[in-house]
Amino acid sequence: MTAVDEIKIGGMGANRRRVEDDRFIRGRGNYVDDIVLPGMLHMEILRSPLAHARITSIDASKAWEIPGVRLVLTGEMMASRNLAWMPTLSYDTQAVLATDKVRFQGQEVAAVVADDPYIAKDACEAIVVEYEPLPPIVNPTQALAEGAPVIRDDKENQHDNVTFDWEVGDRDGTDRAFAEADVVSKISMHYPRSHPSPIECCGSIADFDRSTSKLTVYMTSQAPHIIRAAVALVAELPEHMIRIVSPDLGGGFGNKVPVYPGYVISILASILLEQPVKWIEDKTGNLISTGFGRDVYLEGELALRQDGRILGVRMHTVSDHGAFFSDAQPSKFKIGLMHSAFACYDIPAAHLTARGVYTNKAPGGVAYRCSFRVTEAMYFQERMVQAAADDLGMDQAEFRRVNLVRDDDFPHRTPFGFLTDSGQYGKCLDIGLAAIDYEGFLKAKEEAKAKGRLLGIGISTMTEPLGAGNSREYDILGIKMFDSAELRVHMTGKAILRTGAKTQGQGHETTWAQIVAHELGIPAEDITVEEGDTDTAPFGMGTYASRSTPVAGAAVAMVSRKIKAKARKLAAHLLEVSEEDVEWELGRFYVRSAPDQGVTIQECAMAAYSNMPDGMEPGLENNAYYDPPNLTWPFACYIVTVEVDPGTGVWDVLDVVAVDDCGVRINPMIVEGQIMGGLTEAYAMASMQFITFDAEGNCIGSNYMDYLLPTAWETPGFQLHEVVTPCPHHPIGAKGIGECATVGGPAAFVNAVMDALKGTGVRNIDMPLLPDRVYGAIQTGQDVSGAPPVKTGS
Amino acid sequence: MYPSRFGYEAPTDIDTAIGLLAEGQGEAKVLAGGQSLVPMLKLRFASPDLLVDINGLPGLDHLRVVADGSIRIGALCRHADLERSEVLVAKQPTMAAVAPLVADPLVRTRGTLVGSLCHADPQGDWASVVTALDGHVVAQGVDGRRTISIKDFVSGPFQTTLRPDEIAVEAVIPAPVGAPAGGYLKLERRVGDFATAGVAVAVETTGANVTKAGIALTGVGGSTIDASAAAESLTGGPLTAAGIERAADLAAEAARPFSDHRGSAEYKRHIVHTFVVRLLRRIAEAEEKAA
Amino acid sequence: MTSLFTEISPEPEHGVATRRVTITVNGERKAAEIEPRLLLAHLLRQGLGLTGTHTGCDTTNCGACTVLFDGVPLKSCTMLAVQADGHEVTTIEGLATASELSPVQEGFKQEHGLQCGFCTPGMMMTATALLAENPDPTEDEVRWALSGNLCRCTGYQNIVKAVLWAAAKQRGEAVETDDGSVP
Repeated sequence: MTAVDEIKIGGMGANRRRVEDDRFIRGRGNYVDDIVLPGMLHMEILRSPLAHARITSIDASKAWEIPGVRLVLTGEMMASRNLAWMPTLSYDTQAVLATDKVRFQGQEVAAVVADDPYIAKDACEAIVVEYEPLPPIVNPTQALAEGAPVIRDDKENQHDNVTFDWEVGDRDGTDRAFAEADVVSKISMHYPRSHPSPIECCGSIADFDRSTSKLTVYMTSQAPHIIRAAVALVAELPEHMIRIVSPDLGGGFGNKVPVYPGYVISILASILLEQPVKWIEDKTGNLISTGFGRDVYLEGELALRQDGRILGVRMHTVSDHGAFFSDAQPSKFKIGLMHSAFACYDIPAAHLTARGVYTNKAPGGVAYRCSFRVTEAMYFQERMVQAAADDLGMDQAEFRRVNLVRDDDFPHRTPFGFLTDSGQYGKCLDIGLAAIDYEGFLKAKEEAKAKGRLLGIGISTMTEPLGAGNSREYDILGIKMFDSAELRVHMTGKAILRTGAKTQGQGHETTWAQIVAHELGIPAEDITVEEGDTDTAPFGMGTYASRSTPVAGAAVAMVSRKIKAKARKLAAHLLEVSEEDVEWELGRFYVRSAPDQGVTIQECAMAAYSNMPDGMEPGLENNAYYDPPNLTWPFACYIVTVEVDPGTGVWDVLDVVAVDDCGVRINPMIVEGQIMGGLTEAYAMASMQFITFDAEGNCIGSNYMDYLLPTAWETPGFQLHEVVTPCPHHPIGAKGIGECATVGGPAAFVNAVMDALKGTGVRNIDMPLLPDRVYGAIQTGQDVSGAPPVKTGS
Repeated sequence: MYPSRFGYEAPTDIDTAIGLLAEGQGEAKVLAGGQSLVPMLKLRFASPDLLVDINGLPGLDHLRVVADGSIRIGALCRHADLERSEVLVAKQPTMAAVAPLVADPLVRTRGTLVGSLCHADPQGDWASVVTALDGHVVAQGVDGRRTISIKDFVSGPFQTTLRPDEIAVEAVIPAPVGAPAGGYLKLERRVGDFATAGVAVAVETTGANVTKAGIALTGVGGSTIDASAAAESLTGGPLTAAGIERAADLAAEAARPFSDHRGSAEYKRHIVHTFVVRLLRRIAEAEEKAA
Repeated sequence: MTSLFTEISPEPEHGVATRRVTITVNGERKAAEIEPRLLLAHLLRQGLGLTGTHTGCDTTNCGACTVLFDGVPLKSCTMLAVQADGHEVTTIEGLATASELSPVQEGFKQEHGLQCGFCTPGMMMTATALLAENPDPTEDEVRWALSGNLCRCTGYQNIVKAVLWAAAKQRGEAVETDDGSVP
C-alpha cells in the first residue's frame, strides 16, 4: 500500500472540474428568485425620480385599492416602528424609506406587497408623491463649496457635506523627500464611479413564522453572518431566532455585502403580514441604488531622483460616498486600504490625506472586486508611475525595475507601513516583457508612428493586501475579521465541510474539498462542502475582498490538521503502536519500522465510531477559527498593447499578457478563470463602463443600455503566466487572487492608450477612455476629465 | 420589468388586423418583432390599450427581388434573415453592411426592419440606410394601400405618418439604375449599444460618374437625418478627393447632434465627417480596382 | 397563485382579460390561462417552475433569459407569453436527455465555461442554436454569436473554448475529457 496520488484524488494543484457545475449546467441552480414558499407575496419598491428634494406629501390611497395589494409601506409607517433609518457598516445611518427628504435619484420612497410583482408594480405607479426640488450636488467640488446645501441635515452636528478627514504616513519625512527631489511628478485624475453589477440583482425572501417566532431570510448575501448580526441590531430580534440563508448567488463582486433597504422592508413586511415576502430588485434598482465602487479623486505627486529612484509619495484623495456613508470596510481605515499604494516599490517616505464627502448619489464606495479601496490605490499608483517615468524620460519598464522591491528584501515595510512577506517581482516583470516581446513592440511602434499609426504599450505592476484581516487592526463594526471551517468525517471516511465563507462563483464547493484532500488524503469527491446558512455554518465574515482563500481556506487547512491529529491517535491504536512510531503519507498512517503495516484515513474514521482507544471521545470532527497573522500579498504584472485610431479615438486591444503570483494555486483552472474575469472588468472600466450624473443629478448608467458591460465580441483574449512564491504564513502557502486583475488591470489598459498618445502632451484621460475623450485629447493636447456632471445639450 | 395591463389580439388575416387598429383609435399598437415595443412596455414608457399581434398574418415574411429589380422586405422579415441574405450582399451592399450591426444577434432573430422603421427611433440604423437608398414604405389601412416615401415617413422622434388604422406591410428599396455601392459605419462602444453616430452612404455609378447618391445619419439629431445636400454634391461626376471632402463637410453641417455621455456634439459631428470620407474613399478605391 | 398564469386560481378580477394558450415546452404541451402582459420568461419561471431560465436586466441586454423558440434563440423576457401560443419552446431543462447531457452542457463543465452560473443557461441555449446551424464555427463566429449574452465572471475566453469543445464532440472528433484527476 502506498500514498494516494494527490492529483488523482483532486488535491491541490488538480484542475478539478467543478462540483457546482453539475446543477448549473442543468438549470438546477437555486438562486433566491428560484425559491418559492407557500403563501409567498411579492414586493416592489417605489423610487425617487429626483436627486435631492423635500417630500411634501405621499398619497398611497389608490395603491391600497388595487385588488391583490396586501400592504403599502411609507417612511412614516417605518418611522412609527423605528425602522425608517438603519445603521450602516461605517457607523453612519441610512434611510430605509425616505421620510423628510430624498437624497439621491432612485432612493427608496415606498414599498408595496402584493400577490404578484405585476400588481405590486401597478400599485407603486398609483402612489402619488409630491416633491419640492432642492439643488442637487453631483461632485465633491459642489459638495464642499461655500453655501452648499447640507445633504445630511438629518444628522445632528452635521453642518457641511464632509464625512471624514483622515491621514496616514509621515508628513515631515515626505516633505523632506520632496524638498530633495530632482524632479517632482504630479498628476490628477478621477477614478469614475463604477458598479459591480453581477448579472443577478439583489433580493430577499423574508419569512417570519409566528408559530416559532423565527425569522428566515433567503437573500443574496456574500456575508450571511454579518446580515444576521445587522438584522438582530436593526429589527431587534434575538440572534438565535434569525436564520439567514444565502443559496446560489449569481455573482457578487462586493455588491451583495451591504444591508439594503429592500431587505429590511421585506423583513418588516413579513413580520406584519406573517407570510413570506419576496423582493427581487430590477437592474435599474440595482444600478441606481446599491453599493457602487470607486468615485475617488486623486492629486498625486512623486518625488524623484534623476537616476529614477522614487524618494517620496504624496497622495491626496477625495472620495464621493453618495448620500449615506455605508461602506463595508475595516473601521480603523476611513479610506480603506488606499495606503497600500506603492507597496511593491521600495520608497522611504509617503504621506496620504483623505477626505470623504456626501453627495446626492447612491451610497457606497467600497465594493466591486476590491479589497477596500485597493483598486483605487493601485490604479493611482500605476498611473503616477507612468507619468513619473515620462517626466524623467525613462523607459517605463526600466523605471519600475529600478524601484521594485528586491527578492531578498523581505519582509519589507511598505511606504505606508504595511509588512509584505514574499515575492519575485522582477521575475514576473521579466516574464511579462518577454511574453509581449517588449523590445519588438517598441520597434513596431516606431515604424507604425512613421506611417501615422498610433500603437501603445502599457504596464501595470502591483502587490496588494488580500485576506482581511488580523484582529489587531481589522474589524467591521467591531466584529473581528476571522473566518472558520467545520469538518465532520463520517464513519466510511466521507466528510462534510462547512465554512463561514460564501461562494458566488469562485468554486468553493470544489476548491475547499481540494484542501482537505491535500491535508487528509480523502478524495475531494468524498467531501461535501456547504456554505451560506447561518444555522449550520460556523461564523465567518463572508466572501469579498478576495479574503476567502487567505482566511477561510486557511481555516479549512487548520481544521483538517486537527482531524489528522486525532486520526493519528486512532491509527496508533489500530496499529497497536505508540503515536511516536506512526508516520503519515497522503491518505494513510503507517508504522515507521514496518511501512507495509498501515491504516487508511478511512479506516481511522471507522475506528472513531467503532473502535476508540480508552478515554477518547468518539467521532471525528472539529472546527477551526482562523485569525490571520497578516494579509497575503499576491503580485501581478499586466501588460497591454493597443492601437488607437487617430481619426476617431477608437482604440483596439492587440494583446493582453498577465503574470500572476498568488502563491500556491489550489485549482489552477479556477485561478485562471478568476484572472480572466478580472481582466475583463479591467477592460470594461478602461473602455466603456461607468456611472455618471448630469447637472440635475440624474443618474446616467442605471440600465444596461447606458452602463456598458463588454460582450464576447469586444473582450480581448488573454495570455496567462504563472509564478509561484508561497506565502510564508499561510498554512498552504496560498495568497488571494480573485480581484487582482480587476485591481491591477485598468492601469495597464489606460497606460497603453496614454503611451500611444505620447508626444501629444496629454498626461491623463479619465476612465473610461471613450473615443470622444481620446479624440479630444489628441486634438487639443489637453488632459480630459470625466468627472460629473456630464455635459448635455446641443 | 412588468408591463401594465393591455388587451391582445392575434388576427390571422390582415383585414381583421386593420379593423382592430381602426377601432383602437390610436390606442392600439402593432406588435411584430416586439424588440423595441416590449422593452418600452416593460419600462412602462408605452401603455397602449390593445396590442395587435401581426406575427400570424400570412405573406409578410418575404425578402425578395422582384421583376423590376426592387427589393421588397415584408413586415415580418427579421433582421437575421437580412443578415444571412446572399441576395442583399449581391444586390444592395449598403443594406448588407448594416444588417449585422443592428442590436445583437438574439434581438435580430425576432426584430424586423419594417418594425424598426415604424418605431422611428433616431438611433435606428435601418432608417438611415433606407433613407440613403431612397426607399419607401407600403402601408395598408381601411382605405387600402398607399406608398409613403421614407423621407415623409418619420415625423419626429418615435412618430411616423402612419394613420392609426394602418399597418406598414412592406419596405421597398428601389432598383438601382447604375452600379450600386455603399456601406454603413456605426460608432458603437460594444455590440448592442446605440450609435454614438452612424452614417449610411449609398451611391450608384454609371461608368465613372455618380448618377445617384444618398447619405443619411443615425443618432445625431432628433430623428434620422437625410444629408441630401451632401448626397447631391456627389452626383454628376466621378468621386474625387475634393468632392468627397465637400460631401463630408455638408453631411457634418446637416448633423444636429446632442452632447451627452457618449460624446460631445462636436465629436459626433466630426465622426459624421470622418465616416463619410471613409465610406466614399472605400467606394472610390473599389471602383479603381474594378476599372 | 393568482389569475396571472394558472387555471385553478380564483376567478380573475372583474375586467381582467385572460387568454388560454397552449405551448409546447421541452416537448410537453402545457395549457395555461394567462394575462397578455405576462412575459414568456415569467410563465416559464413562475408558471411552470422552470427556473433554469434567468432574468438579469430590464432592457433586453443581458440574454440570461435566452430560450429556443421553434429552434431559434431569443430573449424570453422580450416576448409576451401569449405570443408563444402554438409554438415550441426549449429551455435549458430540455437540453439533456434522460441519460445524457448535451455536448454543450458537457463542454461548459469541461472547459470551465461558468463560474456563478447565472448567465450560463442563456449562453448554452445560444450556443446550442449556433452549433445546429454552424457545426464548425471559428472562434470569431462563436464570439459574434454570443455577443447578445453578457457574462460578468468568466471573461468569455473559456466560454468560447467550451463551445468549440462541444462543436468538436458533435462532429464526432476526439475531445479532451480529463476531469482534473490526470496527473
